[in-house]
Parts: sequence; C-alpha cells; structure tokens
Amino acid sequence: MHDIDFTTLLLALFAGAIRVGTPFLFVSLGECLTEKGGRVNLGLEGILVCGAMTGYAASFYSGSAWLGVLAAGCTGLLLGVLHGVVCSLPRVNDIAFGIALMLLGTGLAFFLGKPFIQPQAPMLPSIDLGAWSSNDRLHHALQINALFFIGVVLALVLQWGLSATRWGLALRLVGDHAETARALGYRLTGTRIAATAAGGFLAAVGGAYLSLYYPGSWNEGLSSGQGLMAVALVIFARWQPWRCLLAALLFGAAGALGPALQAVGVTSGYYLFNAAPYALTLLIMIMTCRPDRTLSSAPGELSLTR
Amino acid sequence: MTSLPAPGVAAAATSPLLRLRSALLNGSAPALPTLCALAGTLLLFVLFLLVQGKPAGEACLLIFQGAFGTMFAWQNTLQRAAPLLLTALCVALPARVGLIVIGGEGALALGGLAAAVMPQLLPGLPSLVMLVVMALAAMLAGGLWIALCGGLRQWRGVNETIASLLLSYLAVAVFKHLVEGPLRDPASLNKPSTLPLPDPYLIGSMPGLEVHWGLAWGALACLAAWVFLRHSVPGFAMGVVGGNVRTARLVGLPVNRLILTACALGGAAAGLAGMFEVSAVQGSATSALLAGYGFSGILVAFAARQNPLAIIVCALVIGGVEASGSLLQRRLDLPDATTLVLQGLLFCNLLAWEAITGRLAALKLRWQQQAQVIPAKEAGHA
Repeated sequence: MHDIDFTTLLLALFAGAIRVGTPFLFVSLGECLTEKGGRVNLGLEGILVCGAMTGYAASFYSGSAWLGVLAAGCTGLLLGVLHGVVCSLPRVNDIAFGIALMLLGTGLAFFLGKPFIQPQAPMLPSIDLGAWSSNDRLHHALQINALFFIGVVLALVLQWGLSATRWGLALRLVGDHAETARALGYRLTGTRIAATAAGGFLAAVGGAYLSLYYPGSWNEGLSSGQGLMAVALVIFARWQPWRCLLAALLFGAAGALGPALQAVGVTSGYYLFNAAPYALTLLIMIMTCRPDRTLSSAPGELSLTR
Repeated sequence: MTSLPAPGVAAAATSPLLRLRSALLNGSAPALPTLCALAGTLLLFVLFLLVQGKPAGEACLLIFQGAFGTMFAWQNTLQRAAPLLLTALCVALPARVGLIVIGGEGALALGGLAAAVMPQLLPGLPSLVMLVVMALAAMLAGGLWIALCGGLRQWRGVNETIASLLLSYLAVAVFKHLVEGPLRDPASLNKPSTLPLPDPYLIGSMPGLEVHWGLAWGALACLAAWVFLRHSVPGFAMGVVGGNVRTARLVGLPVNRLILTACALGGAAAGLAGMFEVSAVQGSATSALLAGYGFSGILVAFAARQNPLAIIVCALVIGGVEASGSLLQRRLDLPDATTLVLQGLLFCNLLAWEAITGRLAALKLRWQQQAQVIPAKEAGHA
C-alpha cells in the first residue's frame, strides 16, 4: 500500500517536472537572453499572460494550435521591443518599467481575453512516448508535449550560440562591459533591444504552453508568477541556458508537489504545498546570493545583482 | 500630483508663461513629465478603446463620473483610496533608502489576519484597547514581513524586488491556509473566513461620510511620513542611504539599521491597511482582503514619485479609477479589466516620460548660456 503510493508520487513528480516545468524553461531561457544583454525584464510576467491569451485566441480562430504559439510569440516580441526601447531612454529604470509592463500586460490580457474564457480552442498535441507500457500511470506520465523537446533543443542551441558564435559574443560583451562593447564598435542599444525582444518571444511561447497544453484553458488565474520566478531561476542557473533546463525541471517538480500529494491522498496543507515553488525560489536565492560581491558569472551591467 | 509647488518657483515668477519657463529653468518641474504622462496615457487609452470599436469619449466621461461625479462615487473612491494610502507608503518608505519593494499585498494580508485573530487571543478587552492592540499586531506582522525583505537584501544580497514578491506569494498562501483551515469559522460556508469580529471591535464611518476611519489614519500616516522624511534626522539619513550607500557608509551612518527601519515602517503601514480592511470593511479576515490594493499601491507610489504628500492625491486618482470600473461595466459593457489597462498605461507612461527630465537639464543648460548673452542686450535696450 505504502509502496504504491510512493511510486505514484514519484511518477507524478516526474511527469509534473516536465509538464509544469516547460513554461519555466521557456521563460527562463528568455530571461537568460535578456539578462545576458545586461537588462532585467520583470515584465516577462505580463508578457507570459499576454502570450497565453493571444495563443489561445489565435488557436481558437485559426484552428491550429501551432499558429497560436506563433501569434503568442509575436505578441511577446512586440512587448519585448517595447521594454527594450523604453529602457533605452535615459533615466528609465528597467526593474520599475518591468513592474509597469507586468501591470499593462495582465490588464491587456484580461481585457482582450474576456470572450475566450468559455470557448474551447484546439490544444497542442503531445507525443506519446509511453505507448510500449501497459501501465496506465507510466503511459500518462510519458505523454510529453512537443514544446518541451523544442525547449530542450533551444536550451542547447542557446548554450552553444552564446559561447561559440559572433552574435553570442557580442551579446555577452554588451551585457558584461558596455564601455568595451562601445569602444569595439558594437551597437549597444540595438543589441539589448534584440535580446529583450527575443526574451519576450520565448516568454510568450511559455505562456501559450500554459493556455494550449497545461492546464490548457485561458482564464485570469492562469499564471502564478512564473514570469517573475524566471528571474530567480536564471540566477540559480548562473546565466547558463543548459542549467536553465535543470532549474526549470526542478521548479516543475516543486510546482507539481501539491497536486501530486493530493493524488496520493494528502489533502491538508493544500495552499502551503502549492506555494512550494515560491519557497524554493526564495531559498535558492538566499543560498546563491552574496551581499558583498556580485555572483561570479553574472553579466557585469546587470542592475539586478548590484 | 501637480499640486506641489516647486521650491523657489512661486516667488520668482508671476505670469503663467514666465512661471512655466522658470520652472523649466530651475529643473524642478516634476509637473512636466507627469503632465506629459497623463496626456500620453489618455491618448493611448482613447486609441485603445477606439481600435476596439468602443465609445472612447463616453468611457472617459464615465470614468470621471464614476470616480468623482456624485457623492456616492466620491465615497466609493475614498473607500478605495484609504488602503492605497497605506500600501503606497509600503513602497515609498523603502524607496527612500533605494529599495524597490513590491510585496505590500502580502503584508496587508498578514496584517489583516493578525488583527482578526486578536479578539480570540485576548477576549474581553474594552473596545478602544482592543482596536489599539489589533492595529499594533497588524503593524508588527506587516512590518516584520517587509523588514525581512530588507534584511535578506542587506545580509544575503537577495534582490528585494523579487524577494518581496515571493514573500508576498508565500504570505498569501499562509493566509489562505489559515483562513480555510485552522482559523476558519465553521459557520462560514462558501466564503471561508475567520470568526467575525464582535460588534464593539468594528470601526465605523467618519461623521457625515460613508467612509471608514482608515482614510483619516491613512492620510495622517502619509503626513507623518512626509514630516519624518523631510524634517527628521533619520529621515534625512535615509535619503543619504538611498542616494549613495557608499557615501552613507563613509560618513558612518548605520546603513543596515536605516534600511531595516524604512522597510519595517513601510510594512507596518501595509499591515495597518489590512487591519482597517478587516475591522472596517470585511468584519473578518477573508480572501476578499486580497483585492490587489498592494499592487495598486505600487502604482500610486510611483505616480507620486515616492513623495508621501503626493501619495494622498495619487491615491484619490487611482482609487477613483478603480471605483469607476463597475460603472463602465454596467453602462458600456466593458470588462472590469478596463481600469487595469488604464493603470498599466499610466504606469508605463509615467516611467517613459521620466526620460524627458534629462533632456530638460540639457535644454536648461542651453537656455542659461543664451541667458548670459541676452542680459547685455536687454541692458542696452533699457
């Protein structure tokens, strides 16, 4: 009896790590790109919600969930450009504007998304890796969305791109030492705007995953701070895309803890278990941050880790 | 937000045009970016509604009517402004020492919860004593919560913006857990809440108004904060810390203590807002406390440029905008998120137009250079 419960729990955690972790993966990859360029975008939270709404709406109208993902990405791109451009103006604090964008993004999503709370849009398909298994639970746990694999590939590509390509080097230079980058003739503003825009695109795709796959509907309580936790996740991942993958899986597992425990019959402390990702984020930040020096691998121009 | 006369402006000039120019010259024109931001917000909001095919002009009129048009609207506005005054202080006070704290919602929730359990912990106290005890408990809960953000920042180097928001999520989780679990009143069926406060412990309305006393105390708190920051030694020291931590350390200011104090005071204000929501509006701690006052407070504080006196004006404006939501919904069938869009646009505009302040300084320099040439001509002319 006890054994079965334990395997169920582990399976649920494994499945949850991937299912709940995928949006974390996309948002943290986006934030990683943005922060590599020396800016912080707290507005990713708003972009994520906006992406979830546009993704759902576009999927509903076009009948194709992948078009929905693309539409979400484009919305994210636009909002990312907005953040990038405004923060390039003098005297604009990127953290403060991120908070503002969070408010604006959720406002727009709630306003424009009102008509989409009821109807059912086409969902993203999942890949059935567990077809060989006769075990129902295992079968269910191995149904993994295609976006997860895209995210994994993306993490590896970004890892390679940041370390080995000219573009990656330019971005890192701009984020690490603006003066040097300027002296070498790199375009500071353009590079940062591009990085923020790309970050917005990825975050919005993460949002589309929320509304088009898991939990798989559009409503106003869809996001619970994933966009913000991405900032902490990136610190935990030390600005390395492949580590973002590990961090996202860890956070996914933490996020799946509450539902997983409920599945095996532990119902008390529902809210507390659901708050596990926030507690984990805070704990990780407390453990990894240092008061007297910036983190060794942090981009030098980042206002976040002063 | 524009009502504060910039120092040295009023005395210098008489005609409006001269006054504007002198305000620009002195570089002390917080009014100009704010005015531009307001105009920009209105323009974008109207555009947004027009694109949607909604009657934009009527919507703007309705927002004004719903906020300040009638006595009922005014009372609705004031009722909403009351907690905003206090949650905005939760942003403005830490901002004085250079911290962006956005977790006021959690401090409000914990403050409200602490106030709501006091009558059960200490039954039978006289009404006035109990209200003081409730207020103190709420302020302690909120203050400790936000001070924790400051502490994490100083001792562990954790970014306070993210930490405060995470702590806010945690506070809300703890709040919901307690209200729906151990502290739940068995009689509250669909809407879980703590035991209702006994009648003597409820705060009534101010005389002649349908608005509770939280408004007066909130305004008083803002006034006190302004006096504290502007005219007290610790307030001045906090300004130095916010200006440049290294300088503050160099002149031997107790930086850590000042930062913790500013955070604790801000959190105490938000906690007090929770106490008023419990004892004057809801009558017990329920999820209705989590109405987003903590988040609107961020906007109020930024719109007020972290000035406690300006917070009073901005809280009225934002409270009014929020109060008009239901009128928009009823008359034009606009979603209740309309006011959220308006707030978002306002916030973005306020920050974006801040950029022209720098341009103003450059302009001022050019004008001053011209002014050095002109007096000679003017002297000859006279």
